[in-house]
Amino acid sequence: MNVPLHYQTAAGLSRKLAENEVSSEELVRAVIERTRTVDADVGAFLSWNEEDALAQARASDKRREEGKTLGPLDGIPVGIKDILAVKGQPLTCASKMLENFVSPYDATCIEKLKNGGAVLWGRLNMDEFAMGSSTENSSFKTTSNPWDTTRIPGGSSGGSAACVAAGEAVLSLGSDTGGSVRQPAALCGVVGMKPTYGLVSRYGLVAFASSLDQIGPVAHTVEDAALLLRQIAGHDVRDSTSYKTEVPDYPVEMRNRKGPWKLGVPREYFGEGLDPEVERAVQSAIDFYRNEGCEIVDVSLPHTDYAVATYYIIATAEASSNLARYDGVRYTHRSSATKDAIDLYFQSRAEGFGQEVKRRIILGTYVLSSGYYDAYYLRAQKVRTLIRNDFMKAYETVDALITPTSPSPAFKKGEKTADPLAMYLSDIYTIGANLAGLPGISVPCGFSRNKLPIGLQVIGKPFAEADLFAIAARFEEAHGYAKMHPVLPGNASAVDHPV
Amino acid sequence: MEYEAVIGLEVHVQIKTESKMFSRVMAGYGEEPNTLTDPVVLGLPGTLPVMNKKAIDQIIKTGLMLGCRIAPVCKWDRKNYFYPDNPKNYQISQYDQPICIAGQVEIELPGATRNLMGEHKWVELTRIHLEEDVGKLNHFEADSLVDYNRAGTPLMEIVTEPVMHSGAEAFAYLTALRQIMVQGGISDCDMEKGQLRCDANISVRPVGETTLGIKVELKNLNSITGVKNGIDYEIKRQIQALKENEAPLIQETRRWNAEGNFTSPMRTKEMAHDYRYFPDPDLMPIRVDSEWLESLGAELPELPFDKQRRYFEAYNLPYTITSVLVPDRPLCDYFEAAVREYDKPQAIANWITNDLLRELSANGLSLKDCRIAPAHVAQLVKLVDGGVISSNIAKEVFIHMFASGDSPEEIVEKKGLKQSSDTGELSAFCAEVIEGNPRSVADFKQGKENAINFLKGQVMKRTRGKANPNVVDQLLRKELEKL
Repeated sequence: MNVPLHYQTAAGLSRKLAENEVSSEELVRAVIERTRTVDADVGAFLSWNEEDALAQARASDKRREEGKTLGPLDGIPVGIKDILAVKGQPLTCASKMLENFVSPYDATCIEKLKNGGAVLWGRLNMDEFAMGSSTENSSFKTTSNPWDTTRIPGGSSGGSAACVAAGEAVLSLGSDTGGSVRQPAALCGVVGMKPTYGLVSRYGLVAFASSLDQIGPVAHTVEDAALLLRQIAGHDVRDSTSYKTEVPDYPVEMRNRKGPWKLGVPREYFGEGLDPEVERAVQSAIDFYRNEGCEIVDVSLPHTDYAVATYYIIATAEASSNLARYDGVRYTHRSSATKDAIDLYFQSRAEGFGQEVKRRIILGTYVLSSGYYDAYYLRAQKVRTLIRNDFMKAYETVDALITPTSPSPAFKKGEKTADPLAMYLSDIYTIGANLAGLPGISVPCGFSRNKLPIGLQVIGKPFAEADLFAIAARFEEAHGYAKMHPVLPGNASAVDHPV
Repeated sequence: MEYEAVIGLEVHVQIKTESKMFSRVMAGYGEEPNTLTDPVVLGLPGTLPVMNKKAIDQIIKTGLMLGCRIAPVCKWDRKNYFYPDNPKNYQISQYDQPICIAGQVEIELPGATRNLMGEHKWVELTRIHLEEDVGKLNHFEADSLVDYNRAGTPLMEIVTEPVMHSGAEAFAYLTALRQIMVQGGISDCDMEKGQLRCDANISVRPVGETTLGIKVELKNLNSITGVKNGIDYEIKRQIQALKENEAPLIQETRRWNAEGNFTSPMRTKEMAHDYRYFPDPDLMPIRVDSEWLESLGAELPELPFDKQRRYFEAYNLPYTITSVLVPDRPLCDYFEAAVREYDKPQAIANWITNDLLRELSANGLSLKDCRIAPAHVAQLVKLVDGGVISSNIAKEVFIHMFASGDSPEEIVEKKGLKQSSDTGELSAFCAEVIEGNPRSVADFKQGKENAINFLKGQVMKRTRGKANPNVVDQLLRKELEKL
């Protein structure tokens, strides 16, 4: 079966490029063509620059000709969430506040991609300043789930997940603060992972919640995600929270780990609020692992109930401070009708920020304020320690945890926008890994009756990404989900596989 | 009713480092606006702070010099407030875990006269912490402009306990603090360049009362003298207000007007600040171990007043001399180098504090431009002690030393300035002078001791100053006795 270029894996394309079966320019043209065809319906991109992408592709081909390939990602198009700084490109974070901002510098992960010869492709839509679980909080446009364009793709990295699912890029980068890479990956039927906190440098990632944010890869396969992670991981002096550690060769390491593994199933993740179809798919996956010889252990993470509240206190507190710099003074949107400096702040921020961002800034300011700090922020940090302790205790007996990624498949656009709290609860299974600083990966594990993807999450020990990849890959290679792609309106190719 | 004042000072000292506190960009002053900036300093989206270790070394050294306890672990906090000179609208600072705790500064008050050393006191410190400086606002007719060159410069905040009682004590404290900072290589403390800034907290209370009165924060104190004058004015104002029972004193911030010599309430639109301090999640805590402390402790210079005491005891120098030497560390180093060559500290100190400083000042030069090597000063004193030249000739030699950089021996040789002790030649001159000045001789014989000076002067003239004045004196007296 002839898989179109835009749906092939990075690993496969890397080999073809090396063997001159295809050029980077051809590949990038295919991706550009695909984007032109489907993005009117998917809306994954806020902007893209074809000339720039083709120039990068030609440079890659030239290097290849001269025998100076920079690595396996050389010439492969990678979509970039509009929250990562790329020199000379817009950095809007899907906000009116940064509508006209162009970054004068490269994020570390972008430098690393450039050093690997990857082709940076476009600026991907997201929830404004990474605040949201559906990409509906973007100030500019809505992104649709490629499997059902009446539904959301998840968020905040909705554009990153949708673009890979729709074949508009081979790989993409997103950011994950409470599940923002894993959840949209699950809802869009692709692989998405969040590394251990500190593994990937945050320099150049526009900060939402400093102690929770991480950059993560989105891909068709676990191996591709591993390839991309290897390229961007590593200690960076410019990020004081980045960890001094050797970066393993993930694609090789994951193949060396054969298991069987001891997998924990946290009972608190299988209770009320979990869609029965999701539960069925995840249980089926658990059965698969059991049949592969893995010991399945029932574990408890007793403080799970407090995770969402803890997250929304800590994340909003940090965000209220991180977003204070957007004030109309230096480089942001500046209101024109102001009387004095205070007014400049009030008006510029009133005009520049969307509703959800304002809501979280107010909440975050409140929990840090005098008289409330102890009861909210300080207490939440203490509970956070308890939540991490729950995980570390579980890891005394198991290698990793298996859970659903999202409590439900993709919901309809507008379904949860009236109730912020309902929206917050979409993060219920992903948030714990951010609070505890642990790595987590989502891999497709089934479909709902109405053909919506369902994701399986594996959460691992600190810096055990190689194990995570190995465990997820075991499931992936025994199932065909990686090869399944949505049918999209306007799509000429008959090759897309409907479910 | 008698009132006393209670004063505490908050001093910000810019630490001298190559680069800024949290960014690699160069720190500096006087450059084109907004050139000492980078994405981190400007708070561009996605940027992160990285600690400048040299700045931490410097504050630890400061803490060690001032007898503070250095916290084994301390952290960074965000101080959140909006202001155009604050690029991130939060300032990275230290809130409840400062790196230095307690400590004290020895101060010297003015003596009864300029020549007498005044009382020494200790001013206790509460804490010293590290933070980043903010930019500078420039106000114009229609708008205000911001220059971020200063933003991100490492800043120490030194807080005293409320233990001072007058403008004079505040003046002495700032003088002492500045000396320690400059001599320790921590900061140049140039107030005009904003390297040292001071706010004062002032309250008054009836003498004997232990609780503190209503506190006024005084700002815009732009020189050390301004601090003294502003505090003194404010004390008077508060006492007068209490005595005359006018509008009661309120806790407020006031501004010192140096030209007009008064304080006025500051028009602030800000309400009481809630800075919403929380630990900065972008930075790791600092752990200071004993190894680090020891290596920095080894680099500490002698404190100025310790040096002063040593100069009193070891060299027997009077206060009039030490008060000139001690504040100037390079001058002290120069002095001690000379003394190492020839152990006559008083004589050497006199040459330095009188003649050397005079010549430097007259020529608009500083010590580092001085052509006279310390060893040469020592040599000069040795020549006088050895009777090779008279002290008057020595003054002449010194001028030549300053101009040429030659050693005194070379100059004496070249210019033939050796003192004559040749009694034969001198006796002849003495006889001449006695014969030619009968009236002075008569005066002397009648008991006017001073008359001999005229005769001595005449002999010195004939020898063009090169005669050994003691020998001339002896010879004259011998001759006069015969008469």
